[in-house]
Parts: sequence; C-alpha cells; structure tokens
Amino acid sequence: MSVFKDAGHLFRFAGLFVLAFLIFLVVRHYVVPKSFGQYGHYRAAALGEIAAHPAKFAGHETCEGCHSDVADKKSKGKHAHVNCEACHGALFQPLPVTGQPKPNLYERFVALIVPPAPPDPLLLRHAEDPTSVKPVLPDTTVLCARCHTASTAKPKGFPQVVPADHSNGMPCDTCHQPHSPGMDAAAAPDATAKAAGGVK
Amino acid sequence: MYPNEVGLQWSVLIVLYPYITGLVAGAFILASLVRIFRVEAIEPTYRLALLTALSFLLVAPLPLQLHLGHPERSPEMYFTPHSTSAMAMFGYIYLWYLMAVLVFEIWLDYRREIVLLSQSSKGLLRLAYKVMTLGSSNISPRSLAIDSRVSWIVTLIGIPSAFLLHGYVGFIFGSIKANPWWSSPLMPVVFIFSAMVSGIAGVMLLYMATTKLRGLKIDIRCVDAIAMYLFYIFIIDFSLEMLDLVHRIYEADESFRSLNFLVHTQLYIPHIVIQICLGTLTPLVLLFITQVVKLPEIVRKRMYAVSGALALIGIFAMRWNVVIGGQLFSKSFLGYTTYKMALVTKEGLLVAVFLTLLPLLFLWVLVKLLPPWPENSAHAPAPGD
Repeated sequence: MSVFKDAGHLFRFAGLFVLAFLIFLVVRHYVVPKSFGQYGHYRAAALGEIAAHPAKFAGHETCEGCHSDVADKKSKGKHAHVNCEACHGALFQPLPVTGQPKPNLYERFVALIVPPAPPDPLLLRHAEDPTSVKPVLPDTTVLCARCHTASTAKPKGFPQVVPADHSNGMPCDTCHQPHSPGMDAAAAPDATAKAAGGVK
Repeated sequence: MYPNEVGLQWSVLIVLYPYITGLVAGAFILASLVRIFRVEAIEPTYRLALLTALSFLLVAPLPLQLHLGHPERSPEMYFTPHSTSAMAMFGYIYLWYLMAVLVFEIWLDYRREIVLLSQSSKGLLRLAYKVMTLGSSNISPRSLAIDSRVSWIVTLIGIPSAFLLHGYVGFIFGSIKANPWWSSPLMPVVFIFSAMVSGIAGVMLLYMATTKLRGLKIDIRCVDAIAMYLFYIFIIDFSLEMLDLVHRIYEADESFRSLNFLVHTQLYIPHIVIQICLGTLTPLVLLFITQVVKLPEIVRKRMYAVSGALALIGIFAMRWNVVIGGQLFSKSFLGYTTYKMALVTKEGLLVAVFLTLLPLLFLWVLVKLLPPWPENSAHAPAPGD
C-alpha cells in the first residue's frame, strides 16, 4: 500500500478537480434557467416574455384620425408608404407589464453589471393624451440622412446624397417638405439648394 | 464595399489573441522536447518554458474578453455549451490545458521545492507555499519518482492538447468559408507550426535575457540546440506558408485578383516586407549560417538573439496579416477598406501593449515564487532512466 501512500498528494490534486467539478455543477444548477433546452439551445421562457412585450406603436391609423391633412399630403408623395412613427418614433405608452417571472441568481448578477433599460420617456403617451403630451419634432439633418446618405449598397434609383455636400449642414426641411419630399412648387425650393443637386 | 465591411469587426486584440496562445503552445512544445524527447541540452529552459506558457495562457483570454460587448456573458459558454460551437468547445480545451496540463505539470515538477520552501520561508509566502503543498509534505524518493512518471504522462497528453489549443485558433479562421483569405484547411497546421516558432524563439530570448540579467553565463550548448530546433521548425512553417501561397496562386479562384491587389498595395509592407522578408527569410538565413559555418560563441549568441527577435516580429506580422488583412477587402471583391488603430480605447494600441507586457509581469511573479533556474533544479530521474 506504500504506492498509495507515496501517491497521496496526487489524490489530493485529483480531489481538487472533483471539488471544482462539483462546485461547477452546483453553480450551473442555479444559474442555468429552468426552461433552457426545452425546445432548443435557448431559454424557452424567453418566447413568452418577448411575446408579452406590449406594442409601443400607435399605428398610422391612430395618427391619421387627428392629422388627416398630413395624411392627405403624404399619400400623394414618395413617402406615402413610410409610416408616421418611422420618423416620429413610437407614440403609444402601454400599461406596465405585470407578472414577469422572478430573475434567477445569474440574471440578478448580470443586472448588477448591466443596468436595465430606463423607463420610456413621457412623450410616448401622445397617442393617449394628444393635447398635453407633444412629441418633439425630429431633427431632419439627422433623420433624413439615415435613409438617404449615399451608399453603393443602395439601389441606384433610391434618392441618396452626401449630406455635407448636398446641404452644407442645413436641415433638410429647409428645402424639402418631409411629408412629401419632391421638389415641387408646394415645397418652395430655393434656387441655391436646387443648384447643389444630388441624386434624386 | 458593403456597409458592414467598411469598419473592421476584429481589431488588434484579435491579432494579439492567436499570438499569445501561439507563444503558449510553442513554449510548451519546447518543454516537451526535454520531457518526452529527452533533449538534455535544453534542460536549462525546461522550467522557464513551463512558467512562460502558464503566464501567457493566463492572459490569453483577456483580449477576447475586452473585445466582447458583453464579457459578463462569457461564463454561459461553460454553463450551456453548444456541441457544434468551436468556440464553446475551445473554452473546455483552454481549461483542460490550463489546469490538467500546465498547472498540474508545474506543480509536479516543483513539488519538492514547494515542500522545502513551505518549511523554510516565513509569513505570507510560507502560507502560499503551504497551500500549494495541498497538505502533503511527502517528498520521499519514491513519491518524487511517481511525480516524474506522472509528469511524463501529463506532458505526453499535453502535446496533443497544445496542438488542439492552437490548432483551434487556425481552425476558427480556416473554417470561415465566406472569407477566401482565411478559408484553407492548411490554416490550423500553419498556425501550429508558427506557434512553435514563436514559442521557441520567445523562450530562447527569455532564457538569454534572464541569464544575462542574473550575471551568469549563457549555456551555449543549450541555445545552440534551441536554435537548431527553431531553424528546422521554421523551415517547415515557411514551407507550409509558401505551399498555401503557391496553391492560392495556382488555383487562382474568383478571389485571387482582389487578394493579389491587396498583397501588392495595403499588405505589401506587413506581408511581403515584414512577415516574409524581415520576419522569416532573414532569421532563416541567419540560423542557416549558424548551422553551416563554425562561428565564435559570441557571434552565434548575437545571431540567435536577432533571429529570435525577428521571428517574433514575423509571427506577429503573420497574425496581423491574417486577422486584419482578411477584413480589408470586400466580399464582393470590388472594394477595400483601411484599419486605423486607435490609441486610448478599449481595443486600442495602449491596451494591446499592456496585454503584451502583462504576461511578462505574471512571469516575473511566477519566477519569484517558483525559481526556474537550472542551478536550483534537482530533477528526479525521468521515467525509464
């Protein structure tokens, strides 16, 4: 039995491995969500949680209920199929969701490092309370450039410009009417902007 | 360029990651030459190679952690690994290599000294050594002989583990079929041999530098032997890289013109000048001269030092050209982008320099704790001796 005596330290080292493995199993038991792997390699409960997220968009029909003049103008222009909240942002604030499952140990640990998203700003309630909650008008210098900045990956027929060359920092709505952006008489383009050009 | 190709997704930290793991694998292979292949001449570097491998391995995941947007999620790779994810499987290979190979082998090799130091040192250091003994102070000749035999087996298992560790890094690049610069079955093999080159060169330089700093004489027999192995492995590495290059040129698939243009423009300096001419051909010629011409000892040492340093630069350039070069061209083969390294950002130059130096700090601590110097070493006879 002297072999075991002289190899005792090896068993101690092996014991460390066994201990580490047991700790791993215990931690794993607590941190892996219960529904993980139910349908596939993901947390099955996430499906229900995502489905339970309330919609924050009021929908263009709601907007058109009050803003029929804008809807009429938009329906005749190139932005006819761009929904109102694509530019103005979500304008409906539902009631807070209740009955969420309790976060597990790991999720609480992660929440310590990555704080949860802040609550939605109040202006989201415009669709419910249109008189007292007024959304801020989007900055067209930034907003329009999101879609219309020139890129070779975009189709050739899509209107695109290099904003710095095209408008020299001026807001796009100086010349274009965002609800119907074509350079017609109603949009009252000035001669300088017209001369600057761009792929339209 | 497509919009998602303009900015590079993988930065200098992802260049550093294969470089560091390569040094680990290479240093371990050098140590295995002593243990498994009984190359007694390089015995003085055995322990230094093991400690170098450990200190670099401890830092290896840091570039990845810094690169991740959500590093706190990385433990999930261990808790819920997906069997088809190479990266998840690598997490286990890394842990296996760290704990079951390197730490275990170092512990076995140093156990005698650890026990003796736990009895002779004082204060916190005594406590640290006591913990490292795991409560066993048995250093009888029989127990040390058992250690030596087990250590031999661990090294034997360690060689394929080191190949897996670094082969995986090449595998990750080689298996990305959407990128013609990376997609090659030769990639894991090239990575393994370049890892061996960088690890051997790194340990050789560390041995020469530390011996000089300690005011001792460099064992010329030892560096001669290391340089010889470095030369042979370098030849294999270079041949494989050239085989890959020639194969690409001969195959000349649809990506060839785009890649050829890249190599002749943006990658000309890092690929042709630094990697091939300065970092591969120059050290190869220098090492070749030391092998065929009988040179004075001092000249040989200087040539080894220059070759080792150039080899390290060349292998870093190779990692750079693979990681950064593979992201500089459009997958449409019709456009190119540039990489501008930031200085003080999460993935900038300063962080990269810090991560390169951090393993040396770890090595310094390890060397203080577990002196690797040959004059302190009292090896038990190797199995079969």
